[in-house]
Amino acid sequence: MVTITTEPAKATAGRPQPANTARVVGGHRNWTAGVISWIWLGIVIIPIYWIVITSVKLQADYYTTNPMVPPGDLTFDNYKQVIDAGFIQYFVNSLIVTLGAVIPAVLFSFMAAYAIVRSASTSRFLRVVNSAFLMGLAIPQTAVIIPVYLIIIKLHMYDSLLGMILPSIGFSIPLSVLVLTNFIRDVPKELFESMKMDGANEWTILWKLAFPLTRPAVVTVSIYNALTIWNNFFLPLILTQSIDKRTLPLALWAFQGQYSVNVPAVLASVVLTILPILALYVVGRRQLLSGLTAGFGK
Amino acid sequence: MTTAGTSPSRSAARGSRSGFLGWLAVPALVFFVGFLIIPLLGVLFLSFSSWDGISTNIRWTGLVSWKAVLANPELIHALWITFLIMLVSWLVQTPASLLLGVFLAGRQRYRAVLAVLYFIPLLLSSAAIAITYKALLDPNFGLGAGLGIPLLTQDWLGEPVLAFGTIIFVVSWQFIPFHSLIYQGGVRQIPASLYEAAELDGAGRIRKFFNITLPQLKYTIITSSTLMVVGSLVFFDLIFVLTEGGPGDATRVLALDMYKTGWQANLMGQAAAIATILVLVGLALALLLRRLGGRRYDTSQLEGV
Repeated sequence: MVTITTEPAKATAGRPQPANTARVVGGHRNWTAGVISWIWLGIVIIPIYWIVITSVKLQADYYTTNPMVPPGDLTFDNYKQVIDAGFIQYFVNSLIVTLGAVIPAVLFSFMAAYAIVRSASTSRFLRVVNSAFLMGLAIPQTAVIIPVYLIIIKLHMYDSLLGMILPSIGFSIPLSVLVLTNFIRDVPKELFESMKMDGANEWTILWKLAFPLTRPAVVTVSIYNALTIWNNFFLPLILTQSIDKRTLPLALWAFQGQYSVNVPAVLASVVLTILPILALYVVGRRQLLSGLTAGFGK
Repeated sequence: MTTAGTSPSRSAARGSRSGFLGWLAVPALVFFVGFLIIPLLGVLFLSFSSWDGISTNIRWTGLVSWKAVLANPELIHALWITFLIMLVSWLVQTPASLLLGVFLAGRQRYRAVLAVLYFIPLLLSSAAIAITYKALLDPNFGLGAGLGIPLLTQDWLGEPVLAFGTIIFVVSWQFIPFHSLIYQGGVRQIPASLYEAAELDGAGRIRKFFNITLPQLKYTIITSSTLMVVGSLVFFDLIFVLTEGGPGDATRVLALDMYKTGWQANLMGQAAAIATILVLVGLALALLLRRLGGRRYDTSQLEGV
């Protein structure tokens, strides 16, 4: 889905900025920007506030009390109901699919990116591979889902977690390689050379030198892929049918279809699924945000 | 790209010894080819076949699926709705993201705090967002009914025009934070000296915005617009959960048309033809926007600095 070349990436690289760029919008009071920013804050926060307070209301209270006022007596029954509906299983499924796809995707992408940086100048094969990956950025997953569905059926992996993991790895590769390539390029060549002089082979240099030196990029790419796969709805919708194979987004949708009248329970299910990501956001906000702009942030 | 300083003889020697490095790219290549390249060709191939999507009985039927798809007024309708969503969501999101991005580029403490809250929507899945809004906008059980405000108790997802507007709103809610983030990065790249020079010339804030910020952000705008336009082409989750293309077919975009044709009407051949159209339109748009951006990204922007 991401269709950018490596060039603009350089232009928006997240390097330390001179402090005086703050003057761009600073200086005098800017009322327009101020007003718009507070309105936007309301637009973002009100729905989130509403789902949180409603998820701890009794269903009976929900229809009788003011929806914007927190409930007098909190209840976690809604959460209990959601968990009883099998959400632990769906959570575990999401975790398996996400980790199962992100780890190989990032490792394979790193190996490919390393090879491209080290030998694309001498290897025609790697140059072709590199341009194929770049072209792959323009292929929308939604549009190629029908053959993916057929392939997964043919591999006898329909309705299995592995059947979701394998395509997720494939879909993650182009952007991961692009971003990692840009970072590995910044490792001074002399470091590779001196390690080589000491008799290390490429495999050792790859894991002992390049990998640790580009760790921030690896983390960023992993986060981006993890978030994308964790939130994926389309793949499980197409590739699974059993209830016990659902991942969280699909489970949310099914739960909502079943309990649409019980608004507090539906919202509890939403809160429960976004809680882990929000927790991560609190801990690693910078990494998450740079992960999201991975394609152009660098 | 930046490091080209080593002696030619040494790098040539290394190159000849590290030819085997190509193998390192093989695992990534296998997954890439297996799940992106083969499917890309496969979608074209399947569009000339008939398949119900359930059995594995795929028959070669030539142009039958294409004829059916192209004769179906639903396709033109889906293309039109897709185009409208693309256009209107671009028109809404671009100015809003631009303004918010400029605002967030400032380094005041309270703006950093606001930014933390602003960026929350881009962490959430489309499914979670759609389900939240579906509950929130429900005419009987939603927020409007609870507050007793008639203006808010409309059948948001039941009237064609309202449903369209609601989708634009929810899409914007989800994606404006992301594009603000891009613009924030873009604005922070603009050299402060440009603004200082303009201030010496007595330029006010509005003139600075139009004469410096906007032209300097040209490539950021193109990047953001490309992502928006190509992204909105393949919107599925959000619309599927919110309206399932309804009411009637008022919000039935191409991706949804493909899904319904393939997995509900069991006409995979026709669905593949729709998917092929999706790929072609996406590529055409991406190329068009790239052409618009020109080839050199890193020179002209800094002229005269």
